[in-house]
Amino acid sequence: MKYKVRIGLDVTFKYIFKATGLLVLCLLGGILAMLIYNSISFFMDVKPLDFITGMEWNPTAKNPAYGMLPLILSTTIVTFGAMLIAIPLGIGTAAFISEYAGTRLKNILKPAIEMLAAVPSVVIGFLGIVVLSPGIADMAGLPNGLNALNGAILLAVMALPTIITIAEDAIHAVPKTYKEASYGVGATKWQTLRKVIIPAAAPGIISAVMLGVGRAIGETMTVLMATGNAALIPTGFFDSVKTMTATIAIEMGEVPYQTTHYYGLYALATVLFFMTLIANIVGEYFINRLRKYHAA
Amino acid sequence: MKTKLSAENLNISFATKQVLKNVSVEFEENKITALIGPSGCGKSTLLRSFNRMHDLVPYAKIQGSLKLEDMDIYSKNVPVTEIRKRIGMVFQKANPFPKSIYDNIAYGLKINNLPHDKSVIEKALTEAFLWDEVKDDLKMPAHRLSGGQQQRLCIARAVALRPEVILMDEPCSALDPVSTIKIEELILHLKEKYTIAIVTHNMQQAQRIADHTYFMYLGEVKESGPTQDIFENPKHEMTKNYINGVFG
Repeated sequence: MKYKVRIGLDVTFKYIFKATGLLVLCLLGGILAMLIYNSISFFMDVKPLDFITGMEWNPTAKNPAYGMLPLILSTTIVTFGAMLIAIPLGIGTAAFISEYAGTRLKNILKPAIEMLAAVPSVVIGFLGIVVLSPGIADMAGLPNGLNALNGAILLAVMALPTIITIAEDAIHAVPKTYKEASYGVGATKWQTLRKVIIPAAAPGIISAVMLGVGRAIGETMTVLMATGNAALIPTGFFDSVKTMTATIAIEMGEVPYQTTHYYGLYALATVLFFMTLIANIVGEYFINRLRKYHAA
Repeated sequence: MKTKLSAENLNISFATKQVLKNVSVEFEENKITALIGPSGCGKSTLLRSFNRMHDLVPYAKIQGSLKLEDMDIYSKNVPVTEIRKRIGMVFQKANPFPKSIYDNIAYGLKINNLPHDKSVIEKALTEAFLWDEVKDDLKMPAHRLSGGQQQRLCIARAVALRPEVILMDEPCSALDPVSTIKIEELILHLKEKYTIAIVTHNMQQAQRIADHTYFMYLGEVKESGPTQDIFENPKHEMTKNYINGVFG
């Protein structure tokens, strides 16, 4: 009897775990289906090419314009700027924590960085308006500092904990034998770090960066608060921008149901979805290419 | 015979644990010297003190004099990278870099600003008896080689820098008998050019290749001499028991 109960439990849990695993797939499929279904309604009214390459986003005008290029470029410039700041800072910090910092400093730094991840995005956005914006305005001589630079800096701050934590894990996981081998042939600490440890940790570091990119592309509240939300083609970091996420968040609340504009926001979300998907696939490709040199 | 590498009254402790007690050893030029003894007796610690591998351990304390010919290895005036270039090391477990075979050799040459064209790489691999096996796959990731080949690659990596001494920390302990024989032949061949210090747990190996042997126990050198003497006429009871496998 007891044996039967044990076997029964075993089988039951096998199916429960299978169900939870499949549930994730269903959720993903469901979201994708909903996005594409609503996007199709949109593309019946607007040609996909006009949508992607249109230079103007103004759905509430008398002659509505559904060009998402300004939004794509806004998201791109903010994300790019954020990564420009966060990647060197993140990898540098990770290398410092893993290779240079003493035990005590390490024990302070690691939790502190994890706490940075716990700061709500609305608080970061608030700091952007109150602290960063006047600073940027003063420095650049602008009427206000709500622009792409502001958003990029804030997103960098938000992506940093992810990048640092995962990159540090990757660097820390590099076998000690590689380091010994490198020191053994007369390498300095810096040479070892740059030519052995970081390349060996590269798959993990790329994962860290890709997760950071994903965080930056998808982040909404902070950019909504800090970037000024002007749907124009950005010409530089001091221009006010309106990212795709912020556009959806701002306009979804006020848009009349089942209009072209409403479906347009779905189309926007679909493009966003594919942007992050492509970022992930590219990252995965490089990770696999680098893994070739690693023992199983 | 000229002494190439020596340690005098060497004491090493990690935190509060003393690992080596008043150890004095000498390695003669173009000879193979074996360090034998039970696990934990300090053989590897002794070996690693010669190329300053303990520098990486913040709580290691080293006292005594270690010399490469007349140069003080721990002198503040001598850069540690220079020491490690002149005293190469082969580790217990083959540890090629996660790079191609070619780059594994080229790395050490590049960082030391030495020429690293193909002829130099070929020479190092030939010297390590590996060239014929890998000459068509130099771009292949090194970890695809067999364990014995990987260890020979690590030897080639050390040899490429033209060191004066090669330290070997149980280089065959993770290898099968056939690979072991190959490495032993290689070591015998290398002694013509280099001074070799080898830690081994394999008593037969010590007898097959070593000119001199040191027997260590609990951080001290108990007995030393020509290998044949140590194995045929051990003076200490303890040495006799160890080489006869009474304890180990």
